[in-house]
Amino acid sequence: MRTPLHEVHEHLGASFTDFAGWSMPVRYSSELAEHRAVREAAGLFDLSHMGEIELTGPGSADALDYAFVGKLSAVKPGRARYTMMCDDGGGVLDDLVVYRLEPERFLVVANAGNADVVLAELTARARGFDTTVTDRGAETALIAVQGPASAGIVGAVTGADLASLRYYASTPATVDGQRVLLARTGYTGEDGFELYVPAEHAEAVWLLLTDAGEGSGLLPAGLACRDTLRLEAGMPLYGNELSADESPFAAGLGRIVKFDKDGDFVGRAALEKRREPERVLAGLKGSGRRAPRHGYQVLSDGEPVGVVTSGALSPTLGYPIAMAYLPPALAEPGTALAADIRGRTEPVEVVSLPFYQRRP
Amino acid sequence: MSIPEDLSYTKEHEWISREGDVVTIGITAFAAEALGDVVFVELPSAGDKVEAGTVCGEIESTKSVSELFAPLDGEVTEINQAVVDNPELLNSDPYEAGWLLRVRTEDTRQLLDSTAYAALIQED
Repeated sequence: MRTPLHEVHEHLGASFTDFAGWSMPVRYSSELAEHRAVREAAGLFDLSHMGEIELTGPGSADALDYAFVGKLSAVKPGRARYTMMCDDGGGVLDDLVVYRLEPERFLVVANAGNADVVLAELTARARGFDTTVTDRGAETALIAVQGPASAGIVGAVTGADLASLRYYASTPATVDGQRVLLARTGYTGEDGFELYVPAEHAEAVWLLLTDAGEGSGLLPAGLACRDTLRLEAGMPLYGNELSADESPFAAGLGRIVKFDKDGDFVGRAALEKRREPERVLAGLKGSGRRAPRHGYQVLSDGEPVGVVTSGALSPTLGYPIAMAYLPPALAEPGTALAADIRGRTEPVEVVSLPFYQRRP
Repeated sequence: MSIPEDLSYTKEHEWISREGDVVTIGITAFAAEALGDVVFVELPSAGDKVEAGTVCGEIESTKSVSELFAPLDGEVTEINQAVVDNPELLNSDPYEAGWLLRVRTEDTRQLLDSTAYAALIQED
């Protein structure tokens, strides 16, 4: 599948990769330059492969409280919340962002690879609630501007009052006469914005943002740098850190499970019993330049004790970083472990997450 | 994609330049492009024996790891320390400043010419 911006990426000379059935730009020139641009200036991302699902009707909040682990009924209109959809066993089916647009209207944003599952599950779980579930994926393009210069760039094209738009908030805005949803959300560890745009206007919005970013160091940015950015920020990636085998507690995200909400929710009973997982997600810091990568074993006294979920040589920090599932007793910061990097053992130290935090 | 006509190639996307019994070895622009930004290069040491088709080093980018295969039997005479210190040379100048190692060899096996290599990467 191709996003509405595919031709723009081709014109920019992007290299493409298959991601969840989508042909997506992996890099335009250099992923390290794109990574640096997001940390120091701004990056422009096409995230139109992600799934958008709308819920409307008086029962929408209750339906989401039942379908997800979070208390979406407590989210105020104009605000957003990071949450998860679990199965009956408490395993994670997807991690998502939910925007409450109006008291009775929500936008659920799912990972590209899980969009079909989330749509089917949400439709099933919303039965019996007074709400309508609508797939908005095909008609919606998603463009993100991330980095310290993003507010200036987005402000220039939207005219929106960004000073009053808080992190994890959204507002309707206008770009080039077209209505868009403007949100202060992202997946890079930087200040940034995500614009939900009608697919037919995606190209115009992309080009306007490109023009507005000229002189600020804005670069188009692909999935390669998106992955290293989110890893530095300690953010989980579905398929790496998150899966149906893991609970939100194992992933260190137990705080988003709201047992205090009214009524049942899918996975509640199982999650009550998974509060103290046998293995937890931890950060690892290496030395040298060889990074532990996805699937590599973590060793303690030569014995395998866990598996790396993601790892890379951190472009910002200059040393290898990784996340891995470990027994809680070995997941304390400061613990000395090792990683089997293609047959050679390299020392690693457990560190607290995130690896990188932007200066406030 | 640049494929210099005066070099020989392997299907592992390496280039070979021969001067007498010493060959210089590097990776092609196609390989460098596919890897993305190279951040780490591990090479054998001068004096090491290498055997055609076996792994003699590693090239690691942000996204992936690729093994370096020896294209010929021989003995390493020199490695490019500049590329170890600045792996980005593999992306910016794979055929000149980004060369990897020199090997003394009596191995005269047939390698791909630029036309055959161009045809090979067309298929990829």
